[in-house]
Amino acid sequence: MSTEWPLWEVFIRGQHGISHRHVGSLHAPDAEMAMKNARDVYTRRNEGVSIWVVEARHITASSPSDKGPFYEPSHSKVYRHPSFFDIPDEAGHM
Amino acid sequence: MYAQMVQSTGKGVKTRAEMTEEEARFQDRIDAGEKIEPRDWMPEGYRKTLIRQIGQHAHSEIVGQLPEGNWITRAPTLERKAILLAKVQDEAGHGLYLYCAAETLGVSRDELTQDLLSGRMKYSSIFNYPTLTWADMGAVGWLVDGAAIMNQVPLQRTSYGPYSRAMIRICKEESFHQRQGYDIMMKMAKGTPEQKRMAQDALNRFWYPSLMMFGPSDADSVHSAQSMAWKIKINTNDELRQKFVDQTVPQAELLGLTIPDPELKWNEARGHHDFSQPDWSEFFAVIQGDGPCNSERMEARRKAWDDGAWVREGLMAHAAKKAARKVAAE
Ligand SMILES: [Fe+2]
Ligand SMILES: [Fe+2]
Repeated sequence: MSTEWPLWEVFIRGQHGISHRHVGSLHAPDAEMAMKNARDVYTRRNEGVSIWVVEARHITASSPSDKGPFYEPSHSKVYRHPSFFDIPDEAGHM
Repeated sequence: MYAQMVQSTGKGVKTRAEMTEEEARFQDRIDAGEKIEPRDWMPEGYRKTLIRQIGQHAHSEIVGQLPEGNWITRAPTLERKAILLAKVQDEAGHGLYLYCAAETLGVSRDELTQDLLSGRMKYSSIFNYPTLTWADMGAVGWLVDGAAIMNQVPLQRTSYGPYSRAMIRICKEESFHQRQGYDIMMKMAKGTPEQKRMAQDALNRFWYPSLMMFGPSDADSVHSAQSMAWKIKINTNDELRQKFVDQTVPQAELLGLTIPDPELKWNEARGHHDFSQPDWSEFFAVIQGDGPCNSERMEARRKAWDDGAWVREGLMAHAAKKAARKVAAE
């Protein structure tokens, strides 16, 4: 039997009010141990107020070769940015 | 350094004309300062060289815990003990960050461990020297972590994303390591005559092995040239060694200690210190396995791996049982 522990990705919320951010990965036999290991490996200096661990095999990632075509639909839609519209200064803050 | 004499492709750097289209596009990305991410296309040589380099770096962090772990139970005060424990724990963390970075290149953690235990992969020569007195804890933090920082700070800008991010985390933690070491040296050097003698003796023993950490001159190495073109090596070994000497000389003066090199002197014209090279035949002997502590270090790592087998297996079996029970309940 292979005893290599599965790989987990670790996400940490650094402070109240901000999103969780990917900080790295680690090996652990189950979610509970992954959580404890994440605390020991990634929050030794109060780096977080909340931790998520996700087994790496459950993550679906976009492929690098998609880079162009996958994001292409948004390229032509410049009107999604507020700067697309010319509004006179007299209209005030908008 | 923590990764010494890493073999690259062994061939010279390819000219643009010799590169395939993919290789040229890859080199363009590196030249433009873009980060390479795990799933991006990369030359096989880049991947292999990085696995060697990051793996060796990770092994060094792990084996590097042993000479300091040696003093945890004998630290002179409870506070020093807690500090040393935290420092050694950080080094375990550094090893883990780096193993994870290496794994993104398609090698498994167990493969890396097996390569260390079989002697196929190396760790830094510095950790094959013994730590004989408490002053050695000062010298190691000051000089060994100091030398590591010299190399790790520029590596934060390395081209491989996961390696760069691991280096950024590591560098944040390293300055604590060097400062706690220098703090020990200050206490010893300003202490009783006997304590000062111990501090001087530690400096005498660790000076040349610290200079060896940067590896022999690689000004003419094809391996280094390729690694530099790929931005997985940023400075030559001689540049970093010089920087380390220039930084350390005033620190030794401040301690009132003497660096064990009669040739050491400021060279006004160069704007750097002149200094003696370490005995490179000693370095090669240590790398080949003939250092004072090589067998002890490898023995400790093998024992840890063997003694931990039942824990690795037991926890996996427990996790499988729990998962099966959960499925049955659903
Ligand atoms: Fe470290
Ligand atoms: Fe360190």
